[in-house]
Amino acid sequence: MSSIDLLDPSKSAHSAAPVQLRNVVRQFGEQRVIDGLDLDIAPGEFVALLGASGSGKTTLLRSLAGLDSIDSGQLLVPKARAAVFQEPRLMPWKRAWKNVILGLHIPDAKARAVQALTEVGLAHRLDAYPATLSGGEAQRVALARGLVREPKLLLLDEPFAALDALTRIRMHRLIIELWRKHTPAVLLVTHDVDEAILLADRVIVLANGKIAEQVSIDLPRARDTGQPGFQAIRARLLTLLGVEVESAAVVERQAPTSSVRRFAHG
Amino acid sequence: MTEKTFDTQSTNGSFSVNKAARHRGELQGASRLLPHWLRNWQTPEVLLRLLSPIALLLLWELASQWGLIPQRVIAAPSQIGGTLWAMIASGELGKHLLVSLQRALVGLSIGVSLGVVAALISGLSKRGEVVLDSPLQMLRTIPSLALVPLFILWFGIGEFTKIALIVVGTTFPVYMNLFAGIRSIDPKLIEAANTLGLSRRELIWHVILPGSLPSFFVGLRYSLGISWLALVFVEQINTTAGIGFLASDARDFMRTDVIVICLLIYSVLGLLIDGLIRTLERFALAWRPTFVRN
Repeated sequence: MSSIDLLDPSKSAHSAAPVQLRNVVRQFGEQRVIDGLDLDIAPGEFVALLGASGSGKTTLLRSLAGLDSIDSGQLLVPKARAAVFQEPRLMPWKRAWKNVILGLHIPDAKARAVQALTEVGLAHRLDAYPATLSGGEAQRVALARGLVREPKLLLLDEPFAALDALTRIRMHRLIIELWRKHTPAVLLVTHDVDEAILLADRVIVLANGKIAEQVSIDLPRARDTGQPGFQAIRARLLTLLGVEVESAAVVERQAPTSSVRRFAHG
Repeated sequence: MTEKTFDTQSTNGSFSVNKAARHRGELQGASRLLPHWLRNWQTPEVLLRLLSPIALLLLWELASQWGLIPQRVIAAPSQIGGTLWAMIASGELGKHLLVSLQRALVGLSIGVSLGVVAALISGLSKRGEVVLDSPLQMLRTIPSLALVPLFILWFGIGEFTKIALIVVGTTFPVYMNLFAGIRSIDPKLIEAANTLGLSRRELIWHVILPGSLPSFFVGLRYSLGISWLALVFVEQINTTAGIGFLASDARDFMRTDVIVICLLIYSVLGLLIDGLIRTLERFALAWRPTFVRN
């Protein structure tokens, strides 16, 4: 018995969690990729999903995006959702602004596209074909394409994994800025523990298709890796993911000794 | 002026190039005697590339003049040129060319349309594939020219048979390539389109068709080549006009000059049509990395 409900924004109470999963199971053959998962995401909450390869992260995200079905359980997601993948997945034959409003039936679509691309800092690349965009630019177009739909849920499937380190830092800032502005609930699938801590309100560690651990991150925003408390959370998450951390690294560093820090603004 | 040092003995083992800047006005040796404009003369690439064909033509002409190449083997270039001019002036060539072009275009447009429709049906629906694909794959393996006897029995030796043969030859390349193009669209793009809420119709229009256009053009090029090939052949069965007729007529009268002119026309037309397709591609596939200019 399975049911997937699409939340109609007009009917639902505003405070209700836009994403509700109850005892969700997804299996391929004998293997249960998602095994009785319960998960709520509050409106406007930024959740990061960590887990080793094969832990069911991507399957979960695909179910939430409507790209994959579930075998049993209940899954409630808003109709207004958007997904950004590791590759930008832009239509190569459409100019940037046409990619942004693809499938959107609104008057004044071009103006909306221009607005969305301006938000991600690409006002000057409106007419560019995807082949001429850099990796970071293409990913920003993909982000604009998601946000122009005013989603209640934004699904991010390792969107920064293929970007270089500097572009990734800029993208972290941009995503926080846009999240603040549009206030969607966000589910970010990532391999990068630092990234998860820098961006999310809550980090979920998935193992064997179940939630192994949830960590609320209450570090003040405009986070950086040298922040008090950051390394402790990092060590804990890494241990949960099966990476041994040297005890020295776990020791709380009140005054950070390292001059290299990672920042996320917002 | 260049000093290269590759000193294996020395301990640092480095390779250094020391090149002094070269000034334009610098004069060396005999070039001092030449006037300035001649010293800076650079032969255009095109002229250089034309040199050897021109030399070959000259050799051919001389060999014909001296009787080394008899006319029944091949006519002299000068004679071919003269005949070509006479045929253009009398309007004979234009008349035959028009007939041939018409045949090729009618056959090609019918063939390509059939191929496109069939590829859309079997590419876009599973049921269509089940119904259409296997018979088409079977028919594809028959060389279209092998159908000549059957077509003559069915449709006679008139215009219909000629066009039908061109149609048969040109349908399959378009069908095969467009079908493959539709089926090989990146599934990730289709997924993205699904998350964007595109309807089936929008998916076909905005994603599948533009994505398979490059494959269509590949098929179109093959079809064009085949239409030409078929033309040469069908115009030798009972015709009174067309380039193929001109060639077979010339064969009967041992007019090697006319035969060469026919061959020239086929190749020039082939080049022209290929150029046309290239231009079309440049507009229709402007988004491809090879065409995109920053």
